[in-house]
Amino acid sequence: MSAYIPNTASQKHKMLSEIGVASVDDLFSDIPESVRLKRKLDLPEAKPEMELVRHMSQMARKNCNTDEYTCFLGAGAYDHYIPSVVRHIISRQEFYTAYTPYQPEISQGTLQAIFEYQTMICRLTGMDVSNASMYDGASALAEAASMACSVTRRKEVLIPECVHPEYREVLSTYARFAGYKVVVSSIKDGRTDINDIESKISDDTAAVIIQNPNFFGAIEDIEEMEEIAHKNKSLVIACCDPISLAILKSPGEAGADIAVGEGQSLGNPLSYGGPYLGFFAAKKELMRKMPGRIVGETVDREGKRGFVLTLQTREQHIRREKATSNICSNQSLNALSAAVYLTVMGKKGLKEVALLSAQKAHYAYEQLIKTGLFEPAFNMPFFREFVLRYKYDVAELNKKLIEKKIIGGYELGKTYPDLKDGWLLAVTEKRTREDIDRLVREVVSL
Amino acid sequence: MKKKDKSLIFEMSVPGRKAVTLPDCDVPYTDISNLIPGKFIRETEAELPEVSEVDAVRHYTRLSQMNYGVDSGFYPLGSCTMKYNPKVNEDMANLDGFAKVHPYQPEETVQGCLELLYETDRMLSEITGMDRVSLQPAAGAHGEMTGLMIIKAYHENRGDFKRKKIIVPDSAHGTNPASAAITGFDVSEVKSDERGGVDIEALKSLMNDEVAGLMLTNPNTLGLFEENIVKIAEVVHAAGGLLYYDGANANAIVGISRPGDMGFDVVHLNLHKTFSTPHGGGGPGSGPVGVKKDLIPFLPEPVIEKNESGYYLDYNRPLSIGKVRSFYGNFGVVVKAYAYICSLGANGFKDVAQTSVLNANYIMHKLKEYYKLPYDRICMHEVVFSGQKQKDMGASTLDIAKRLLDYGYHPPTIYFPLIVKEALMIEPTETESKETLDEFIDAMIKISEEIKEEPEKVKGAPYTTSVLRLDEAKAARDPKLIHTQ
Repeated sequence: MSAYIPNTASQKHKMLSEIGVASVDDLFSDIPESVRLKRKLDLPEAKPEMELVRHMSQMARKNCNTDEYTCFLGAGAYDHYIPSVVRHIISRQEFYTAYTPYQPEISQGTLQAIFEYQTMICRLTGMDVSNASMYDGASALAEAASMACSVTRRKEVLIPECVHPEYREVLSTYARFAGYKVVVSSIKDGRTDINDIESKISDDTAAVIIQNPNFFGAIEDIEEMEEIAHKNKSLVIACCDPISLAILKSPGEAGADIAVGEGQSLGNPLSYGGPYLGFFAAKKELMRKMPGRIVGETVDREGKRGFVLTLQTREQHIRREKATSNICSNQSLNALSAAVYLTVMGKKGLKEVALLSAQKAHYAYEQLIKTGLFEPAFNMPFFREFVLRYKYDVAELNKKLIEKKIIGGYELGKTYPDLKDGWLLAVTEKRTREDIDRLVREVVSL
Repeated sequence: MKKKDKSLIFEMSVPGRKAVTLPDCDVPYTDISNLIPGKFIRETEAELPEVSEVDAVRHYTRLSQMNYGVDSGFYPLGSCTMKYNPKVNEDMANLDGFAKVHPYQPEETVQGCLELLYETDRMLSEITGMDRVSLQPAAGAHGEMTGLMIIKAYHENRGDFKRKKIIVPDSAHGTNPASAAITGFDVSEVKSDERGGVDIEALKSLMNDEVAGLMLTNPNTLGLFEENIVKIAEVVHAAGGLLYYDGANANAIVGISRPGDMGFDVVHLNLHKTFSTPHGGGGPGSGPVGVKKDLIPFLPEPVIEKNESGYYLDYNRPLSIGKVRSFYGNFGVVVKAYAYICSLGANGFKDVAQTSVLNANYIMHKLKEYYKLPYDRICMHEVVFSGQKQKDMGASTLDIAKRLLDYGYHPPTIYFPLIVKEALMIEPTETESKETLDEFIDAMIKISEEIKEEPEKVKGAPYTTSVLRLDEAKAARDPKLIHTQ
């Protein structure tokens, strides 16, 4: 009956008689009568492909998309350009219909691509080892915190309020159930208040977390934090934006022990929040405590180079309740997108993307300030995202901009009551001068 | 597959080569040192590849040719439900109105996304017999973690803090005990009886007021339905525990029996198994969690609700466990599963379960003469053989798996479940034809004959793949996890 079942009724009959049962119901005799569903599922009738496409296209059209609307929204998900090559490569069935590479001899494509991904992530972050990916930036951060607690045998992590609110929320959820404490430190002028870190750090602190650029787009001083943390024998977890790493000091250079972050902007569409990928990299010493899959290089029987999943004694299928994490499926195809993106952008291109974004963001910042309707919220260097305080109502402003086909900034009042008038804007290399000028014109005309 | 020379993307780099041309800067250019203080700037450049577009495309195309996907051929990987991934579902997830939508756009600009999430919740609730489903967990193990958090939060909200134990069967997936451990539970194992189900007496002896719940895969990892499920639910509930359903094997029962009707309180599904979304070489998956009414307040936030003005994200949920992932989960994967559910409709699921079970029993029937069948009874969607007979003749289950590669198949799951020695777990799924099954059965029979006649040949397999058997011990002993120049 279903389009995706090839066996015909007569084939099924033949198979049943070979098995030696009268009907397919006989194969379900182990299911007690009392727990069988004695009616049809209450679902819509099956839609043939043509109707399905019509139905879902109509649904999709109810959303405003970033091709038709000019997007100045970031806050953890960014509208960077995705070169055409990325989609072509990840749409190859050999990649996207494969399972986790348990059989390395027929999975060298996935394995080598992930090995290359791990290498690129390490080169970007300045770390020694990377895993094959995590679910997203937030869960990667939470896993890093859990790992820090296990490595240091301490029960607390310190995190400033200027880390992405959703990351803090995910961290709190993981921590509550795993049994460690999340201590929140305060902000000063849009950045981590280093004095508050100093006053809150203790013998219980397993790790200090820093996001760079932070949720407000401001560039943090990881080195300053590193000194305090390491003096206290706490680890430093840097949560980084991967595009910014083309120009900003890497976590490795700044002395961090673990680097995590959201990899969406490396070739993954916004897709209403997922699937994205979390990247997770660390110093060599932490290798055997890392969560998730890791690919390693080896040789085959004839000495030829090949790749396998390795250090598996950390993982759930071997160690069960003693594993370093419960993660099994990760975001492999998204990691492949990131690898292809970093390959085609390359050493020069990624830097250009970062520089263009920074130039345009600073231009937008200047132009908006010039209108007299905004004031800078902080006096801090930023990369591609910044906070302005608006004279009037931010929600109202965003509503009016939507009518003009502009997706405005993130309303900070939603998560930071002190910043009710705060508007967090992101400007990527995709925004043209005309896009920015139009935003300014529309804002002024309201 | 032909042998190919392999070279890493880094080894192909030529300084100055590039694949992408970006537009010139159209705003006044300011030197970066005037925008960002020098101490925040990178000291050394990140050594990313420098290749042309055609270099990149050929490189990844060549890599893809060393991979094996469901579209390449039969993939009877037990417990993984490697069914066909319908192409139209990919198209739907790639529609601009789904793929190019920012997660923080105002609700009135994402009504289509919210409707899709809301409807998927409703349809999965109906399929599982639960009252509400969260689509936030990103994978099966993430769903397990979320479900266990909900169980813990539920007990604690009743003022019951002593329930620190989770019971899992000895046949359970490794993720079950691992998920229980990271959510702060102690793990107790309950053994299986001689028919492969949960040993009821052993379960009874483990149950007390410290047990938060029992995690169960049904059908279990032996491919057998828990005949005593009603009794099991009674025993667990009578002691105040909750019953958790690991949906890894839901393909066997969709449209026929519902976890909610069996007495389960929390369910996770794997959209990348039962609901046909592709595995992507290890993700992205999606692991929705469904719960019974009493547990709804504890679901991760936000929950999608609907009122007269449309769909909205409800964050006002004081008892929620919080968030387990940023935003709303692997939305793009949910789009594909929604398309699949719509394609199958009210009648399609029963057909899926019946055919997957028929296909597995057919393989069992045809192969049990050649391979040891530890539990000789009707199976559900997968069958577990033991390679013990072959092992005694000199070739192990690993060798059988590697030999299958030469015959053009992805091997079954091996050495799992742990309670079967030399296990070979075969799950054909409903999307394979009788012809494909017959060819696979022939290959398995041929291998069993090869083992009788020349086991050395099987032990040397594979011979036809892009690399031969790899030295996994070396990889672990002397880890080389990134490329160094």
